[in-house]
Amino acid sequence: MNKAKKRVIPGFGLSMGVTLAILGLIVIIPLASLVLFTAQMDFSEIIEIITRKRVLASFYVSFITAFIASLINAVMGVILAWVLVRYDFPFKRVLDGMIELPFALPTAVAGIALTALTADTGAIGSFFEQFGIKIAYTRIGITVALIFIGIPFVVRSVQPVLEKLDYSYEEAAGVLGASKAKIFWKIIFPEIRPAIFTGFGLAFGRCIGEYGSVVFIAGNMPYETEITPLIIMSELQEYDYTSATAIALVMLLFSFAVLFAVNIVQARSTKILKGGNK
Amino acid sequence: MQENKKGSKAVKWILISICVIFVFFMLILPLITVITEALRSGWETYQKAVTDEYAIDAAGLTIEATVFAVLINTVFGIFASWAITKFPFRGKKLLTTIIDIPVTVSPIIAGLIFLLTFGRQSPIYPWLQDLGLQIVFAVPGIILATVFVTFPFISRELIPVMEAQGTEEEEAAALMGAGGFTIFRKITFPHIKWALLYGIVLCAARAMGEFGAVSVISGHLRGKTNTLPLHVEILFNEFQYVPAFAVSSLLVIMALIILIIRSIVEYRGKKA
Amino acid sequence: MKKRILSIILTAGILTTSVLAFTGCGNSAGASSGGSSSSSSSKDSADKNKSSEDTAGKTDKVTITNVSYDPTRELYAAYNEAFKTHWKEQTGQDVEITQSHGGSGKQALEVANGLEADVVTLALEGDVNAVRDAGLIEDGWVKEFDKDSAPYTSTIVFLVRKGNPKNIKDWDDLVKDGVGIITPNPKTSGGARWNYLAAWAYADKLYNGDESKIQEFIKKLFQNVLVLDSGARGATTTFVENGQGDVLIAWENEAFLSIKDYPDDYEIITPSISILAQPSVAIVDEVVDKRGTREVATEYLNYLYSDEAQKIAGDNYYRPSNEKILKEYSDVFNLDINLVTIDDFGGWDKAQEKHFADGGIFDRIYEE
Repeated sequence: MNKAKKRVIPGFGLSMGVTLAILGLIVIIPLASLVLFTAQMDFSEIIEIITRKRVLASFYVSFITAFIASLINAVMGVILAWVLVRYDFPFKRVLDGMIELPFALPTAVAGIALTALTADTGAIGSFFEQFGIKIAYTRIGITVALIFIGIPFVVRSVQPVLEKLDYSYEEAAGVLGASKAKIFWKIIFPEIRPAIFTGFGLAFGRCIGEYGSVVFIAGNMPYETEITPLIIMSELQEYDYTSATAIALVMLLFSFAVLFAVNIVQARSTKILKGGNK
Repeated sequence: MQENKKGSKAVKWILISICVIFVFFMLILPLITVITEALRSGWETYQKAVTDEYAIDAAGLTIEATVFAVLINTVFGIFASWAITKFPFRGKKLLTTIIDIPVTVSPIIAGLIFLLTFGRQSPIYPWLQDLGLQIVFAVPGIILATVFVTFPFISRELIPVMEAQGTEEEEAAALMGAGGFTIFRKITFPHIKWALLYGIVLCAARAMGEFGAVSVISGHLRGKTNTLPLHVEILFNEFQYVPAFAVSSLLVIMALIILIIRSIVEYRGKKA
Repeated sequence: MKKRILSIILTAGILTTSVLAFTGCGNSAGASSGGSSSSSSSKDSADKNKSSEDTAGKTDKVTITNVSYDPTRELYAAYNEAFKTHWKEQTGQDVEITQSHGGSGKQALEVANGLEADVVTLALEGDVNAVRDAGLIEDGWVKEFDKDSAPYTSTIVFLVRKGNPKNIKDWDDLVKDGVGIITPNPKTSGGARWNYLAAWAYADKLYNGDESKIQEFIKKLFQNVLVLDSGARGATTTFVENGQGDVLIAWENEAFLSIKDYPDDYEIITPSISILAQPSVAIVDEVVDKRGTREVATEYLNYLYSDEAQKIAGDNYYRPSNEKILKEYSDVFNLDINLVTIDDFGGWDKAQEKHFADGGIFDRIYEE
């Protein structure tokens, strides 16, 4: 079966070749130079650098804020995609059009604007201040900035899949008397699950590495609101390439692991969808 | 049945309001902040800031980098998603993971790796010098960094759709003797065109706004290697708070133009 | 199977070569703008006409790049005009100066990595040393120009809200409970290291050099810090636009600029002791030798010491290093302030290692 399939659709050599060539030039060679650079160090040296208390604390801050932000984005992303695909309402087009804007705005500008809004003198910040909640210059602030940065990922991964989803199954299920919730969880959700994972993975990866917007809103207090990219920046500022690249490598491996896991989950759910491994 | 309809209508409006509230606080309010700040000192200051010679240079470079990023990534995205979804092969998960990596690499690292690869401390630097190639702190470096940070956007939009679509139709076409290009054009493309459009818009938007990676590799040479986001940073550092926001609003406008074009294409396409 | 792999490799190979060739072509335009002085990228309209005329001898036009740090923008914008006139008068040649500004440490890093700067004018001696360590600047550059190659200086002062509600007069007021301090992070901002060292100098005098007490003082001071922004401008925004904190520790010239923008909202407090911040200038030997611009680059830095340039520095709130001209600005600057210098800390390399390196004192005060 497998063998036959390979031969059927043409263009494997060409498409794979183009893929690998561009991938190699733009991603692999530069990343390899990072790995090479780190390889000049002793292993113990790398361990020493990445287990410094302050670095560990920053890993924690980066991870937890990125995770919460992407989780919120995953939920909101599905709802947004759903609303944009299935419902008609006034100004839907405007809402749809807004989604990519966080990308176009330079991250630094986003950070400054969000800080101005959420500082205790700002429009949103002063409201929450009444309840004793501080947003800017805390981890909540970092999370807010990261939500902003990651909005488009999940929406735009789920939306195309939802759009080309076949209505007939839903209709059939509806006719058979299945409830709306049941239809969603049993029929629609499995279809969009791979896309949700993709979106979540990308948003998470992006959030963990985000620098421009976070430095303005974070307050950057060591152990409290200091993110890993900021540590890398300070190492660079001290011309400490070795420390910077070592920490960078850890981040890289980490996001690689997360993405790899996401891709495996995604592949598995696709397989289940297609009725097992063919 | 009737009750069911009512219930779903309520759900509809609840979901819509959740979205509107979320988008209002997370997106619109920050944008309003940018625009009110930009106009804080009146229209004239705004006009002066956006028609500044360096701002126009920077806009040109930003457009150049964006166009390159979209072109390269579109070519890559189509070929890569074709290879990944239409053929079984070993190491597929690894490949898709590597494609995703650029998004998750901190922009600072993205800039740094190009510095390490092509900069003065790189082993190939003397060789590049002999060839007269200046990559870092010049336009090619900026384009490379921009392509890097937007790398997976298009392929990641295409892969889920093509995966959901399966390979049956292409197989049938191939069995009937259609060539690769014909299959793509006639069968695959109609399925993926909206995903491709989303991908291009996503890629273009991100390419325009990219700051971190480009800032590491640009050298900030005025009028030569400054993109719009870098120009914003410069203004900001010059204590020109209002012009900085004015130039940022320029980016918002550029993004809006792209989004409007997208809407028109989409509207026409779906009507037809 | 074999055929498949072969075709993959073939396509990959062809593509790689073509992309390389393509980058090469696209490059030659961009490269020359950074590299040689006569031709320039298509965007540089001023240069364009010239370059087509004189491809051989570029005697009537020379371009140099000055890589500087953030707060000197206004200063060099004014100085470059003055120098253009001066150079034209002296040699009859037009000179064009490309400016680059950014965080001082980052700028140094970029020059070390191939950003072709003819001269660097950075915030710290340590940053120029980083360029030297990369082999671009010869040893002994500090003595190449007058006054340790620091044609203008500045110092560290406090910016407080109008009326000084927390009654901040000196460094010891900063460690009191309930005082909120804004300063950039010494780890990411070269300028902020001067802030830290100035506080250290005060405590040093207060406790007569008792290290553990000094550290205690510094620790308390940083416990009062509300936001550690990554750069000086970010800190100013936090303090001015977002209304955080009671006092901003800032460079004198930056503080003056804030006052100029908001004369009714802030005032400057000069502490009893501060540090003489000496921004350093140097010629990047490797680049000027390659481009043949040593003469104009040298004169560019030399002329910073002229009366005209010293006055430009003063007008931009930098303290002129020429005593006579500094006196003319006595109504602007507080000249009675007691200033220590970096030599009191044993020079930059030593101060850097002791205080700011990983595991240094600054790291330790944040532990626990």
